[in-house]
Amino acid sequence: MSTNENPSKKPGEVETTGHVWDANLQEYNNPLPRWWLWGFYATVVFAVVYWILYPAWPVGDTFTKGLNTVTFMEDGEERTMHWNTRALLTHDMQSGKHAVRQREMLERVGEMDYDTILADVDAMSFVNAYAKGSFGTWCAACHQTGGAGVIGLYPNLRNDQWKWGGTVAEIEETLVNGRLGYMPGYRETLNSEQLEQVASYVLSLNNYDMDGDPVAAGAEIFTGHLGGCFQCHGMDAQGLTSQGAPNLSNNLWALVDVPGAADDEERVARVAEFVRDGIQREMPAFADRLSPTEIRVLTAYVHSLGGGQ
Amino acid sequence: MSQPLYQARIPIHPRSVEGRFRNLKYGILFLAYAVFFLLPWLRWERETGPSQAVLFDIPHRRFYLFDLIVYPQDIFWLAGLLMIAALLLFFVTGLAGRVFCGYFCFQTLWTDVYMFLERRIQGERPARIRLSNQPWNAEKILKLGATHASWLLVAFATGLGFVLYWADAPTMVREFFTGQAAHAAYVTTGLLTLTTYTFAGLAREQVCTYMCPYARFQSVMFDRDTLIVSYDRARGEGMAGRAKPARDLRSRDERQQAGVGDCIDCGYCVQVCPTGIDIRNGLQIECIHCALCIDACDAIMDKQGWPRGLIRYTSENALEGGKTRFLKLKTVGYGTAILIIGTLLVLSVLHRPELDANVSQVRQPLFVQMADGSTQNSYEIALNNKTQRRLDLEIRVVGLEGADLDLGRVEEIVLEPTQRTTVLARVRYHPEPGGSPSRLPLEFEIVEREGLVEPVRVGSQLSLRP
Ligand code: SF4
Ligand code: SF4
Repeated sequence: MSTNENPSKKPGEVETTGHVWDANLQEYNNPLPRWWLWGFYATVVFAVVYWILYPAWPVGDTFTKGLNTVTFMEDGEERTMHWNTRALLTHDMQSGKHAVRQREMLERVGEMDYDTILADVDAMSFVNAYAKGSFGTWCAACHQTGGAGVIGLYPNLRNDQWKWGGTVAEIEETLVNGRLGYMPGYRETLNSEQLEQVASYVLSLNNYDMDGDPVAAGAEIFTGHLGGCFQCHGMDAQGLTSQGAPNLSNNLWALVDVPGAADDEERVARVAEFVRDGIQREMPAFADRLSPTEIRVLTAYVHSLGGGQ
Repeated sequence: MSQPLYQARIPIHPRSVEGRFRNLKYGILFLAYAVFFLLPWLRWERETGPSQAVLFDIPHRRFYLFDLIVYPQDIFWLAGLLMIAALLLFFVTGLAGRVFCGYFCFQTLWTDVYMFLERRIQGERPARIRLSNQPWNAEKILKLGATHASWLLVAFATGLGFVLYWADAPTMVREFFTGQAAHAAYVTTGLLTLTTYTFAGLAREQVCTYMCPYARFQSVMFDRDTLIVSYDRARGEGMAGRAKPARDLRSRDERQQAGVGDCIDCGYCVQVCPTGIDIRNGLQIECIHCALCIDACDAIMDKQGWPRGLIRYTSENALEGGKTRFLKLKTVGYGTAILIIGTLLVLSVLHRPELDANVSQVRQPLFVQMADGSTQNSYEIALNNKTQRRLDLEIRVVGLEGADLDLGRVEEIVLEPTQRTTVLARVRYHPEPGGSPSRLPLEFEIVEREGLVEPVRVGSQLSLRP
């Protein structure tokens, strides 16, 4: 073995650093083993090879690019550029094993009809995994990551209240063409007492304990020509999906924060204010942003969130 | 400075030796090589999956160990195994020193084979020393060339042998030599060939003394009762030190009268040492406890007709005339820990459910109110068929009266052997008016329709508006 001792010297003659501690503690000054030195040289060689192959040195406002390249497709053409992680990612997304497998699965699901997709465990498992990502990219900004929406702003996609209908065809239609929702304001038609009466009536439909008189008056307005609310929401307030008019009797509130109100007075005030101002809202169309396959997967996903019909 | 800055390795040419420990080591070596090289070739019947007894299938993420298939979810078995390995090391090292180094370490085993080849080609120690000192000529080139060629061959076999564990062995060998195997196979084989050749052929004891971290910290596991390979200084040196069996110092009686010890200073123990040290200088970090010096000295003692054991496995306590105590808190503690973890591991392997189910509640949002006044929670149920059969499954909710399970339009959940999937489930529940707790426990029960596997129950919860 490589002993402590220099072979030319006798044992015990190893040079020391000359320091002595605690009477007899000394520090040997042994030479480094040579393989260690060669290891060091090897790291130097490695560094040089690395500089040659990979981007390394800044030169003015550019840098040495290295000999290593990455090839990927861009706009249908093959492109080769110096090694960098972005090109590598592009390359990976195009030909990496997982990316390819995902693409194949996407194609397969894209060719299935909705009945098949929704009944197939594995297709749904893929839909759930894949669409979570697209939903995050395209939908979550409004509908929130889990699809629960925000009361007063964006509808909840997890319950079974569908303004525009919850069948796959209707959901797909919503995604493809977008939706324009409109409820006129009644500030010129109804005075504040009448607004409150309508509000009381609507709340009574949702099992809130309201006074009899305003409720009866409100019903009159709702179903009569003064308000004409029934034209969109229906005589029994069940809503009309072709108009995007919600069911007003299921105690699910998308636009008026009724659950958040403290008492009946505040509930009435909130609903009345909403009826007075009306609302106009838009869900953008995604036909020119997403491929039909992607829309298919998203549709199945939204349908599966829990309220699809 | 009076000495060189860098120092070349001083070559060691260990002499061969025969004896009990040498035989034991050959036995272990033979067994280890047989297992390592032959195991991938052992075939094994399976209903589905490869017909190789031991196969680490990385692309499909499962390890086949005879009738056991290990999935990534079983990763904690590895933790158990590593704990047992570590504790076993502490246990054995505390009791009997560097048993691992001396008998089982790959470095020791492979170096042993390399030395064996070296000796067969170049001859015994004196011949090798002569050869290494003589100038380059045809003989030297031939012999050294043959040695290195044989080393490279073993290194290559080792590399390829290792690769065979990760693919079907016969196919792999065919593909390997026809240039069709995966890149990784060539890279791994190349890397292992190189490292084996370097470590077992060129670096040898330097790996143990400079690179191996274990050599550095095992002294903390030693105590005064640990068995170590040790030279009995009192017996070997006597009063007047060791001495060659010169005239008047031949018989034991003569020697003892002269105050001389039993060591005849033949140097055999030093010549056989693969790390090139002199065990008579006491316990040293370089000593891998291979016990070859024991064999060497025993041979000398036999020849002298004196009792064996001038160099032997003994403890510091015993050397000082005391007794070696094996039953200590430390050993008992390690032993108990090994037993407990080992039992748990075996139980876990034996009782692993064949159907793996994992439920995670969707937390964004935690609950949602439905039009009929019910509250809905969503769950993702990951199912993993670990059997070799096709399973037709049904999911139910149990433990919560009035809870409705909705799987959408999914009616059939069929899992092919070893297939996994995720099922989306929703549970609807009408909370009692007037405040139930905000969380209710429930269980998903996964039942095989034909009763092929035990039903699996996984607990979860239903969240309500607080
Ligand atoms: S001193 Fe003895 S036990 Fe230690 S390495 Fe050398 S021959 Fe082996
Ligand atoms: S082999 Fe035994 S007798 Fe010979 S030198 Fe070593 S300890 Fe002494």
